[in-house]
Amino acid sequence: MAANLANTIGVWMAVFFTLAILSFLYKDNPFYKLAEYVYVGLSAGYWLIYVMFFDVKPMIVDKFLQEQGFERYIIIFPAFLGALMLCRMIPRIAYVSRVAIAFTMGISAGLGVTGAIHGMILPQVKATMLPLNDINNVIMLVGVISTVVYFYFSREHKGAFGVAAKVGIIFVMISFGAAFGYTVMARISLLIGRAYFLFHDWLGII
Amino acid sequence: MSAPAARKTWLERLNHIDRRLIFVIVFVVVSIPMLLKLTSPVKVSHEVQIAYDFIQSIPAGGVVMFSVDYDPTSAPELQPMILAILHHCFSRNLRVILTGQLAVGMPLGIEALESTAAQFGKKYGVDYVNIGYRPGNQAVIVAMGRRLRDMFATDYRGTPLDQLPMMKNIRNYDQIAGVVDLAHGGTPELWIQFGQARYGVKLIVCTTAVGAPDYYNYLQAKQIVGLLGGMRGAAEYETLVKAPGLGLLAMPAQSWVHLAIIGLILLGNLTFFLNRRAKNAENA
Repeated sequence: MAANLANTIGVWMAVFFTLAILSFLYKDNPFYKLAEYVYVGLSAGYWLIYVMFFDVKPMIVDKFLQEQGFERYIIIFPAFLGALMLCRMIPRIAYVSRVAIAFTMGISAGLGVTGAIHGMILPQVKATMLPLNDINNVIMLVGVISTVVYFYFSREHKGAFGVAAKVGIIFVMISFGAAFGYTVMARISLLIGRAYFLFHDWLGII
Repeated sequence: MSAPAARKTWLERLNHIDRRLIFVIVFVVVSIPMLLKLTSPVKVSHEVQIAYDFIQSIPAGGVVMFSVDYDPTSAPELQPMILAILHHCFSRNLRVILTGQLAVGMPLGIEALESTAAQFGKKYGVDYVNIGYRPGNQAVIVAMGRRLRDMFATDYRGTPLDQLPMMKNIRNYDQIAGVVDLAHGGTPELWIQFGQARYGVKLIVCTTAVGAPDYYNYLQAKQIVGLLGGMRGAAEYETLVKAPGLGLLAMPAQSWVHLAIIGLILLGNLTFFLNRRAKNAENA
């Protein structure tokens, strides 16, 4: 009984906020603003709770209590860096947070470089080196080379080089067209999702 | 003299059509096929078929990890996918680990996992486990490849993984047959770079339609074993597992509204060129 009531209240609240957000299509209004602020506030609150209970508590507090010896005390280091990050909120010592930011940047850059080379550039280059015995392989090779030529700006796009660049822009445009078509489908999917919610969960007519 | 003037007014009106009228048209075109529960045949694409074949090839008892990296803003596209793939996994007696790198998305994954598990009578800890969320993106993916327990010593309820029968022998990706990454952002690229390239993870990417074109090159390079893009991908998987859901219900609405949008684009261009011709004739 209580679960049903909670579900009904939840559905009606979701309906209110759905219609409030959709009302922006007519024009900006206080209902839209309310829904927007509630969404932002709820998301921030949710993130905070989740990070506290699924990151800070198990990865720092619980681990510190459970581990022994070196494993235990090394946890203090990331916790200390995390605390430094919070110094940004105190203008007088805000510069201290740069140490933690530098550490994060260093890790991200290191992982990013190795990841990009090992996981993207090399496999993608390898996958382009195909025998030209298939029309798809030929199209792919022409597309890759001409697109790279288009983005090569150290030489003027004239003559054969210019023709290759023009072919390249055709491939780029086709790719934009495909991306735009997919984007239309994605946006309509979101509308369908909301329409389904209104017709199914709220009105119960489908 | 009055006829060209009237035609110009009509053309100008069409050229400056109120955008809110277009919103109403789109909503009506979306609603009618759904209310009439129309169906349309769905042809399964190669990228979805190979994703299905991969799950089909995992022997019973194999473990599949689901990474929920989307939030409610993309749920209409990705929720039908997770439901269809979970349906496939449980129908084949595969075991499931749920994790995620987006805190606000986890409830969607939990809802899908628990409802599908209940449908197949699966038990928590034996057939499926939710290890929860950790921030850190690539660092989490790399750490799980080395030792899962470095990142997840307990499940999301705080139960140590060693106390869960299903998790006893799972140490890293070596004991996981494949990863299904459901994402509306760039996390599949992280899974490819750090999971697939570094540890040889077999990866199925499920993404929004907006993101799908970015992953075809990885599919062609065989860095991923399947790709589901947008609601269409969900509908195709629902077709394969014979479990109709929102994906299949939405396909006629998608087709109708795409036709309407093509019609509106043509109409917009036609009125633009007719208007320009009328103006040129007037100036001449």
